[in-house]
Formats: sequence, structure tokens, C-alpha cells
Amino acid sequence: MFPPLPNPSTTETTPRFSEKDLIRRSASTVPAPEQHLTEVAKLIDVSKCIGCKACQTACIEWNDTHPEVGVFAGAFENPPDLTPDMFTLMRYSEWDNPETNELEWLIRKDGCMHCADPGCLKACPAPGAIVQYSNGIVDFVHENCIGCGYCIKGCPFNIPRISKVDHTAYKCTLCSDRVAVGQGPACAKACPTQAIVFGTKDEMKGWAAKRVEDLKSRGFANAGLYDPPGVGGTHVMYVLHHADQPELYSGLPKEPRISPLVEVWKGVTKYAGLTVLGVAAGVGLLHHLIMGPNRVTEADEEHAEELTEGDSHGRR
Amino acid sequence: MAADDVKPNEQIHPGKPVIVDRYTVGARINHWITAASLILLALSGLAMFHPSLFFLSGLFGGGQFTRFIHPWVGVVLFFSFLGLFLRFWKANLWRREDGTWLARFRDVLANQEDNVPEVGKYNAGQKLVFWSMSVLIVILISSGLVAWDQYFSQYTTIDQKRVAILVHSIAAVAIIGVWIVHFYSAIWVRGTIPAMTRGRVTGGWAWRHHRKWLRELVAKSSKGTGPSGSKPAE
Ligand code: HEM
Ligand code: SF4
Ligand code: SF4
Ligand code: SF4
Repeated sequence: MFPPLPNPSTTETTPRFSEKDLIRRSASTVPAPEQHLTEVAKLIDVSKCIGCKACQTACIEWNDTHPEVGVFAGAFENPPDLTPDMFTLMRYSEWDNPETNELEWLIRKDGCMHCADPGCLKACPAPGAIVQYSNGIVDFVHENCIGCGYCIKGCPFNIPRISKVDHTAYKCTLCSDRVAVGQGPACAKACPTQAIVFGTKDEMKGWAAKRVEDLKSRGFANAGLYDPPGVGGTHVMYVLHHADQPELYSGLPKEPRISPLVEVWKGVTKYAGLTVLGVAAGVGLLHHLIMGPNRVTEADEEHAEELTEGDSHGRR
Repeated sequence: MAADDVKPNEQIHPGKPVIVDRYTVGARINHWITAASLILLALSGLAMFHPSLFFLSGLFGGGQFTRFIHPWVGVVLFFSFLGLFLRFWKANLWRREDGTWLARFRDVLANQEDNVPEVGKYNAGQKLVFWSMSVLIVILISSGLVAWDQYFSQYTTIDQKRVAILVHSIAAVAIIGVWIVHFYSAIWVRGTIPAMTRGRVTGGWAWRHHRKWLRELVAKSSKGTGPSGSKPAE
């Protein structure tokens, strides 16, 4: 068993990280932090999950969101998708394993992966609406969010959702407020099977290695850790029994990366765009300085007068 | 065909200088609504385009309102430009002399308009501005609707939205570029602004820059073919 998360202390604790620990801030630059915090991570062991949704409930409670009462749509997912009020969602898929001829019920806790290279932050146009701390947590700062939805386009995992109430983007915070005072995420705390554990990223990798070993000994030859390098690794990782086919788990992307479209949009388009406009304005200015204005001359007016005077029916 | 350039309400008022009607009140209001929308769109869009321009959102009372108002101004622009399009498209059809005019564009820039062919109501440069604006506005409204998260997020996939916002930002740069050309021409060629403010230009301006149009107008009024000649431009 992984050592359980500590209970909250009753004395006041000073936050363990703050603005000073930002390594990225959307649409702005931040000075390099003096110290680099130990990276944290949440490990979701899919093989241990029983699909009870205690984590979902804990997330709603801790974050005090108020998801709508939905309708039964014939599936276990409830609600059917992530919403601004549902930061994490149990997704269920049934898979006929062709090798064993067995039906496997693959349950994945969906939510923000806290990417080391977050596409949401890259896409965000509002200064400080998305921040990344040196411990790996990617957080949305609602008072700076303008609700444009660019983060949705930037995210390779389809995570952020825009609220129709306050028009700002929401997603899992990795319980940054709890982690800041030495606790773990509410979902991890609530999980009855320790399918969700939380610790430093290194601890989690070590723990995952043991779990993978265990799974392999039980015949899951392709068991492995999902910590996709395409986004620089993540601070929410999965242990998968079929790590060679992550898509089986309700479409977990195999090789996630920030879309090249987003890279072009946020890269060359901006520089080339501003350059083109600057040059256009500059050329205009230069032309005017060199050529001076294009003025109508007296002769032009006289020509026009001659032309119209030739016209006896000219009306006044 | 050539008579397409001449609108029934375009009149010549002989005198010193000769005054030529160019735009009706309706066309001018239509133009200025379009112009205001385009500038507001450029300012609000650029605020989201690059962090160094985010301060422009201050003009609109903050980022949230900028994000909210931009697409709505886009809708105004679209319909307003549609009005201009219906008014002006005929006079902007490509003519044989336009190719020659364009080939001698250096002379135009060098202030040697005598070397280029006489042109009708619009020269090739103006026509290019007109058509690129038309195409770009269609691209901008269609990509803009896809990117309009508040109302249309459920109709497209995320990949489609990525394409849309990329296309939108490139088209936006292009249309601002076209606008710079348009704006610069209007101020460089003195005597042009009154066409859109007071609706009229001097005969000398028309002679210098749109001689064919002036000749057509003169020919029309001498033949007296214009309907109800006593009616001034709206
Ligand atoms: C014609 C209808 C238009 C519509 C419906 C529209 C809609 C949008 C939308 C939805 C966005 C995303 C931000 C937001 O939600 O406000 C956006 C961004 C933007 N728009 Fe438009 N727009 C239109 C026209 C224009 C025009 C004419 C320009 C330029 C003059 C323009 C320039 C921009 C720019 C520069 C951005 C930022 C793109 C980026 O962040 O890379 N838009 N537009
Ligand atoms: S909606 Fe997303 S991208 Fe837009 S400002 Fe808010 S956090 Fe940034
Ligand atoms: S999963 Fe999406 S929302 Fe979460 S950090 Fe990565 S890019 Fe951002
Ligand atoms: S870490 Fe916190 S915010 Fe994220 S899913 Fe768990 S409980 Fe919800």
C-alpha cells in the first residue's frame, strides 16, 4: 500500500508555492524562479479502478461546483462529458480482447493531465489566465480569463470547458489549493482502492514501475506507464494494462502533442503577421516622405472645366 | 458596358471648379459603418492576436468584453459590407485597361498618371482592394463563426476549430494589410476623402484619376439620358 495522504492540519500553514514559483504565465514572460520545486504527480492506476466515481464526487465537493442533474443516456458516464462543473469524469469502455476472447471493462478517470508543455497555456491570449508552477501544476486564473476558448484549441486532451455562467475556462486544478498546504488532491483522498495516488513525480514513477511489474506478472505483457513525451511528460499519469493501445481507454491519445496547427498559429503567424503589417505601414510612410502627396493641379481643374463647358446641357 | 460605371445619381455641376457627385448619402453611411466596424474588429482582434497588443482590450473595457463584442461587430461588418458589395460590384468588374494600368503601377506610384490608361470609376488598385476585401470578409466570417465559442462550439470538432482560428488570424492580417493600402491611397491621393465625406469630388480630381469616368459622365449629361436630371445626389 502506498502511504495514505495526511489529514489536514488544524494549525494555519503557509502556502508551499505561490506566484513566485511560476515557470510559465500565459501571454507574458516570468522571471526564472529562484528555486525549482519538487515536481508532483498524480498517478491513476487504471487496473485498480472499480469505477465507483468517489473521485468525481470528491472533486465536486471540494471545488464546490454544482453540476446539473442530468438524464440517463444509457451509459455509465455521468455526465456524458466534462463540463465547467465537472473537472474529472470516469469514462467506461468495453473491449473484446481478441487475444483472450474476454470482455474487458476499461475505466479511465479523464481530466487535465497537467502537461509539462501545456498547449492550453501556449494558446491563451490573456496575460496570466493560465499559469504553470515549477511543481508542474497548470492552473487557470479566472479573473484573468477572457473566455475566448483558445485553450480548448491548444489542449491535446480536450479538457478545458468554458462556463456559460461566468464565461471563463474551467478544468482540474490538481487541487492546487490543497497541495499548497501539504495535502493531496481530493480525488486521491477519496479513492477507496488507491487507484489514485499522489506524491512527487519521481515517487509516482517508482510506484508505477512496481505496479507495471505486478501487472506483467499477471499476464498483461503490454502494461506500462502513460507519461507522454510529446507534451514533455505529464503530472497526471496512468498505469495502463494495455499501454501499447492507449486509445482503447475512451480515446486516450497515443502520441499527444500540441497540434502543429496551433504551433503555426501561435508561432510564425504572429511574427510574420506583425512584420507584414509593420512593413506595409512603413512603406506607406516612406512613399509619402519621398513622393509627397498626389495633388490635383490647376491644369487638371481647367481640363475638367473645358470638358464640361463643351457640354451645353450641363446642369447646375 | 461602360455605362455601368455611371450611376443615375452621379451629376456634374459645372463651375470653378467643376464638382462631380461620387457617392450618395446612403453609400457614404454604408461605407462609414463598414469602416468603423473594420477598425473596431482590427483593434479588438489584434488584442487577442499578440500579447504585446493585449493592452488594446482596454479600449473595449477589458478582455471579456473584447472577446464578447468582436464577433458581433463582425456580423455588423458582414452585412454592412454586403451592402457596399451590392452597390459597387459592377463598377469593380475587371476591364481591359486595368491590366495595363497595373503593369504601369510604377508610374502611378511615381505620380506620373499621364503614362497610364484612362480609367473608369475605379482603377485596378481600387478594384483589387474591393475584391480582396470581399473574399477576405467571407473567409473571416466563416472562420470566425467556427471560432465563436459562445454560440457555435458544439457544431465543429476541435481540429476544425484549430484550422478556423489559424485561417482567421492569417485572413485578419491580410485584411488589415489591404486596409493599410486602402487608407494610404485615400490620404496620399489628395481630394479623395471628400468623396466619402461630402459625396463629391472636384472635376480636376476626376480628370486626373478617373478620366474615363468623367468623360462618361459628361457624355451622359450631354445626351440627357440620366433620369430626372433635376434630382441632385440624394
Ligand atoms: C466577419 C466576421 C468576424 C467574426 C464572426 C469574427 C469572429 C472572431 C472570433 C470568434 C474570434 C476569437 C475571439 C473571440 O471569441 O472574440 C476572432 C479573433 C480574431 N479576429 Fe475576428 N471575426 C470577424 C472578422 C474579423 C475581421 C474583419 C478582422 C480584422 C480586421 C478580425 C480579426 C481578428 C483577429 C486578429 C483575431 C485574433 C486571432 C488570433 O488570436 O490569432 N476578425 N474573431
Ligand atoms: S478561455 Fe482559455 S485561452 Fe481564453 S483567456 Fe480563458 S484560459 Fe485563456
Ligand atoms: S491536459 Fe490540456 S488543459 Fe491540462 S495542462 Fe495539458 S493542455 Fe492544459
Ligand atoms: S485533483 Fe482536485 S480538481 Fe483535479 S480531479 Fe482531483 S479533485 Fe478534481
